[in-house]
Amino acid sequence: MTAPLLEAQGVTMRFGGVTAVNSVNFALREMELRCLIGPNGAGKSTFFKMLTGQLRPSAGRILLRGRDITGAEPYRIARLGVGIKTQVPNVFDGLSVQENVFVAAARRGSASQARRITAATLERLRLTAIAGRLVGQLAHGQRQWVEVATVLAQEPELVLLDEPAAGMTHEEVLRTAELIREINQTHALIVVEHDMQFIRMIARTVTVFNQGSILVEDDVERVLANAAVRDVYLGKQAA
Amino acid sequence: MTGWASFVAMVAAGLALLFGLPMVFDLFGLLQMTVFVAMAVLALSQGFIWGYGGVMSFGQTAFFGLGGYTYAVAVLNMGDSTVPVLLSVLVPTLFAALLGYFMFYGRISDAYIGVITLTVTVILFNVVNSTAGDFYTIGNAALGGFNGMPSVPPLNVPGDPSSPLDPEQTWYAAMGALILVYVLLRMILASRFGRVVVAIRENETRAQLLGYDTRLYKLVVFAIGGGIAGLGGCLYTNWGSFISPTVFGLAASAQVLIYVLVGGLGTLLGPILGAFGIQYLISLIGTQEAVNANLVLGAILVVFVLLVPQGVVPVVRGLFRRVPNGRRGRVAEAAVVEP
Ligand SMILES: Nc1ncnc2c1ncn2[C@@H]1O[C@H](COP(=O)(O)OP(=O)(O)OP(=O)(O)O)[C@@H](O)[C@H]1O
Ligand SMILES: [Mg+2]
Repeated sequence: MTAPLLEAQGVTMRFGGVTAVNSVNFALREMELRCLIGPNGAGKSTFFKMLTGQLRPSAGRILLRGRDITGAEPYRIARLGVGIKTQVPNVFDGLSVQENVFVAAARRGSASQARRITAATLERLRLTAIAGRLVGQLAHGQRQWVEVATVLAQEPELVLLDEPAAGMTHEEVLRTAELIREINQTHALIVVEHDMQFIRMIARTVTVFNQGSILVEDDVERVLANAAVRDVYLGKQAA
Repeated sequence: MTGWASFVAMVAAGLALLFGLPMVFDLFGLLQMTVFVAMAVLALSQGFIWGYGGVMSFGQTAFFGLGGYTYAVAVLNMGDSTVPVLLSVLVPTLFAALLGYFMFYGRISDAYIGVITLTVTVILFNVVNSTAGDFYTIGNAALGGFNGMPSVPPLNVPGDPSSPLDPEQTWYAAMGALILVYVLLRMILASRFGRVVVAIRENETRAQLLGYDTRLYKLVVFAIGGGIAGLGGCLYTNWGSFISPTVFGLAASAQVLIYVLVGGLGTLLGPILGAFGIQYLISLIGTQEAVNANLVLGAILVVFVLLVPQGVVPVVRGLFRRVPNGRRGRVAEAAVVEP
């Protein structure tokens, strides 16, 4: 058994009296694609924020390839190879699509290398035609892709996507699913989504969060057939 | 215009003014333009850290005054102005770096950065204001408290204190310094560093998540701004051979903000034009008794904030740019990323 790429041990996040994430144990293998689902407020985004250093866990440890990154600065974790598309888009609205991706690519390496990565990433995400547009002017789906482009341009080893298909048209959702499978050929990913159709398109292993804890973790078909999972999703778009 | 064309045009315009104004103006006029230039350098420092770095310093006059006092104290002790000029940039740079370290690494929120920088300038005002008397001398230089420091020796030909610059030569030095600062800032903004600085202004969280230590970037921007303001203070002290604690006053701090807001936040040309325009207006008002200058400044600020919030330069650029089908509303914002 090789060591996991990412490991969370007893990770907990309390906000005052609210325990948003409660003693979560989680492991992700190299090159694995994992889907994370759970009802609103289950703690998925909070878990991502702890993985990327935006929040310091109240308790527990987070290891990246065995290295303790608990509570490290976000920029340090990013440099260790973790990239995230956040739930609420974080992009440079006043800059062009091209400039957004360039800034991501330019963190390391030469300027010509950064330009090469920028051009290739824009091409890959089909953003070349709108490279000169201001990101603040774009439609929601396009802004999400710009954010994904910045994440890929930083060349991370682990990609976290928090609701990448939210608010997208059907075609955009299909394209996003295709893109995630493509990214997974070279990167490990954790994808948070509510859209069960989308989950079916991409998922192998699914982890279900509920009220800050892991409810089940299993093969996608078994998870979606699970009665407890149906219960927590009752009233929502159940599978 | 593309980046290069606008850069060349701006530098050409600067050089035309540098050599043209001495032919147009008499000595009094040239002296007045020299002090406008000193204020324009201060305005550039404010415009750079606020408009590009997104750092809301309300106390750039702290570094301006510090530069002026550093020059005065050093030149009174050394005689030759060469090293004092360098010190007038270096001391405020280091002071800004130290202050920036506590603010940015201490995770002070943006609004508090405004409060802290303003407070620092008020503290400097009070400290320097209370340095009257023989006790407060540094070497040969008496700080003079609220009376200020008179008879500060002027700039001289580098390395030759027996050749002080006359007012016309001082103009060349001041305007030359303004052009140099402008060129320096354009180069910084075109560099990878500058592009990251602007990205941080747009979204600091995203920049951090991409692996940039945003605290360090803001610290460097703040320190550069401090050094430029210090140079402005040195030019100002030179212009009048005099400096007093009023440079640290709240009125002075507010004026710089008005230069930048009126000229255009997020541009370099805007703060320069704002400084010239407002200074010129103040000098006009100063020659008559009917209206109070501060009242006019306040009125201008209110009018601009309400009617032309982007400032003059972005609006004029928007008019000159060819705009496809009614996207004019966003053009002013597009200008925010250009010098
Ligand atoms: N900064 C905060 N301060 C206080 N409570 C918070 C904070 N952030 C999140 N919470 C709470 O923590 C819980 C988990 O929130 P989180 O955003 O992680 O849920 P989520 O699973 O991502 O939900 P969604 O599917 O709606 O995005 C919620 O009850 C939320 O209100
Ligand atoms: Mg969430």
